[in-house]
Amino acid sequence: MEITAVFYLVPALIMFCCGVYGFITRKNMIAMLISLELMLNAVDINFVVFNRFLYPEQMEGMFFTLFAIAIAAAETALAIAIIINIFRAAKNIDVRSLNEMKF
Amino acid sequence: MEATIPVLILAIPLFMFVFLGLCGMKMTHKLAGILGTLGMGTVLVLSYYTAFTYFFSGAPEFINAAGERLQYMVFDQTWLQFTDKLAIKLGFFLDPISAMMLVVITTISFMVHLYSLGYMRDHHGVYEHGFQRFYAFLSLFSFSMLGLVVAPNIFQMYIFWELVGASSYLLIGFYYIKPSAVSASKKAFIVTRFADLGFLIGILTLSYYTGTFNFTELTSIPVEGLANVYQVNEGTAQGIRSIFENSAAPVFMGGSVLTWALVLIFMGGMGKSAMMPLHIWLPDAMEGPTPVSALIHAATMVVAGVYLVARLFPLYLMEETSLIIITVVGALTAFYAAMVACTQVDIKRVLAFSTISQIAFMMVSLGVARPEIHHGLGYMASMFHLFTHAMFKALLFLGAGALIHAIGSNDYTAMHGLRKHMPITHITFLIGCLAIAGIIPFSGFFSKDEILSSCMGYDWVAYIWMSLVAGMTAFYMFRLYYLIFWWKEHKVPEGHHAPHDQPWTMSLPLIILAAISCVAGFIPFGNLVTWDGHAYDFMEHFDWSVATVSLIVALLGIGLATVMYRKENSLPEKFRKALPALWTWSYHRFYWDELYMFITHKIIFNSVCRPLAWFDRHIIDGTMDSFATITNKASDAIKPLQSGQIQMYVWYYLIGALALGGITVLCLI
Repeated sequence: MEITAVFYLVPALIMFCCGVYGFITRKNMIAMLISLELMLNAVDINFVVFNRFLYPEQMEGMFFTLFAIAIAAAETALAIAIIINIFRAAKNIDVRSLNEMKF
Repeated sequence: MEATIPVLILAIPLFMFVFLGLCGMKMTHKLAGILGTLGMGTVLVLSYYTAFTYFFSGAPEFINAAGERLQYMVFDQTWLQFTDKLAIKLGFFLDPISAMMLVVITTISFMVHLYSLGYMRDHHGVYEHGFQRFYAFLSLFSFSMLGLVVAPNIFQMYIFWELVGASSYLLIGFYYIKPSAVSASKKAFIVTRFADLGFLIGILTLSYYTGTFNFTELTSIPVEGLANVYQVNEGTAQGIRSIFENSAAPVFMGGSVLTWALVLIFMGGMGKSAMMPLHIWLPDAMEGPTPVSALIHAATMVVAGVYLVARLFPLYLMEETSLIIITVVGALTAFYAAMVACTQVDIKRVLAFSTISQIAFMMVSLGVARPEIHHGLGYMASMFHLFTHAMFKALLFLGAGALIHAIGSNDYTAMHGLRKHMPITHITFLIGCLAIAGIIPFSGFFSKDEILSSCMGYDWVAYIWMSLVAGMTAFYMFRLYYLIFWWKEHKVPEGHHAPHDQPWTMSLPLIILAAISCVAGFIPFGNLVTWDGHAYDFMEHFDWSVATVSLIVALLGIGLATVMYRKENSLPEKFRKALPALWTWSYHRFYWDELYMFITHKIIFNSVCRPLAWFDRHIIDGTMDSFATITNKASDAIKPLQSGQIQMYVWYYLIGALALGGITVLCLI
């Protein structure tokens, strides 16, 4: 059986939907951050797969993925720093209780 | 003539207004006052120089070989160009009356500037609040009035006409803490503004048919060989008349369009010059500081209406009807104001009604002036009376100011018997009274006599009517004089200083104006100012029978006043009991103010203003309010969407993104 792009894209889709579901339902901010990373990685997989199967002679998709991984690492560090600060201020990282920024 | 000096005459007061208005609060009171006075003094010198050059230099552009005075355009710049034909120009126009007005305005204005240095402070020498503002406004007024009299076209005149109205408003309301001053200033502004509506319509009607605003094109013709020089010409005015007659101009309510234009322009003059029935603002305008009353409401601004009619006189000459209207309005006003002046208690009110009466004299004089009657003597007499009246009425007002300053009340009942306490004021006030009563050799005698002569030449009814008013003038002025300075001994209240004469800054203007009032009658005015520029030596044509009669009438008036008011007696009270209705009506100014109140409050406010206010409140405001209400309600309704719950936002985003994606897919299929 030949391995086609669908074999990669379906798990990536499942990963992305898991990410969306987790981001909407989990109340813990760390869990939300993890869900976010899940979505990001699903998209990264898409990049690599399309690069590999559509334009195997070019490398832009690969490079972009590497780039996105690096940025995601920095972004996660920043998000965690914010979460820690929120925890210090509010003693709590439940996203339902952090609703100060409204009308 | 170079344009430098004329430009400076206008520029210095304007600069002083801006300078004192902006920087006045930064400097001391005294410095601001002295700067304003010095500025006005410079303008005085320049104006005297200009007028002197115009009248006496004998240069060919001012007077021709035949001895006729010509009109000279110093400069005339386009200011606003609307279309090829319609342009508004600003300029400086010299002719006998504008040169004379330059002298009158700057003299009185300088005297008032000087006088106010003493007047606008209390007995301890503390300057009044807003002293600098006062001088700034005085400069604004002087600028506007000078711009008005030198206007070479009717539109510039209108612009400055409104400016003097505005500065008059500012100065009447100078004591803006006093509600009476505030309402008086509003009254003055609204009444004159209402009259100016007629003026504007008149200007537009006139210029619509003639296609010009310029006085020279309306009343005079260019002189050959000399650019900028014009000669008063009845022929040009005839040309205007033929324009109105040949252009199939419609006849409106029985009057030709030219008549209507001239009468509407005269309506503007009626408002400014306080002719009946638009006179009601002037007595109330006395709420302003007394020097302002002397400058604006006695000597200069209120004669602007007379000046306007004089300026367009060749045109008025074309329409007999308009001149008759002017005569009738003037005669009625003169009599009415003299009646009212006989019973007023407030000395400034007496002087205000006397001003109305005297301006009406000038109007009548213009109304009866005809070229065939003593070569248009009425015109000259009117301008002569304007000149002498400005001097002696300013003197009387400044004298009244000195009295008010010393006593602290406008009411003569607080004065009585002041002659020993205030000798300078007493003598100068007496000279003013003699001048206005028309006693030889004071200035008022000559000018009033010319007016009566021209009335006599026109119609004997006018002559008898105006002589009667002249007698009443003598009576009420001397009633005032005796009640202030005689009647009974002055009682000084316990713990008060006795009233005394004023500092030199206030006395000097009184003395100068009194001196002018003594000698101004001997100015050969007929050689300087006549309607067409021809010299007319009135002393040669002096009618001694008219002079004797007017002198006798004046002496009768004075004699009656002496009998009734010299010493305390019961005659005035008996008179009052004998004619209670007349006395009451006169005391209440024939209920004109109440009539106006009735018309405005009961009729106009109820039937016009209230529905308009309702429309404004409910329809216009309602529309705007409902816009606001709808926006408010809508935002309230959608406000909960911004809940602060991040995961709700994600839901919205997700749904939106899916919807957009779904729509895109549907469209692609």
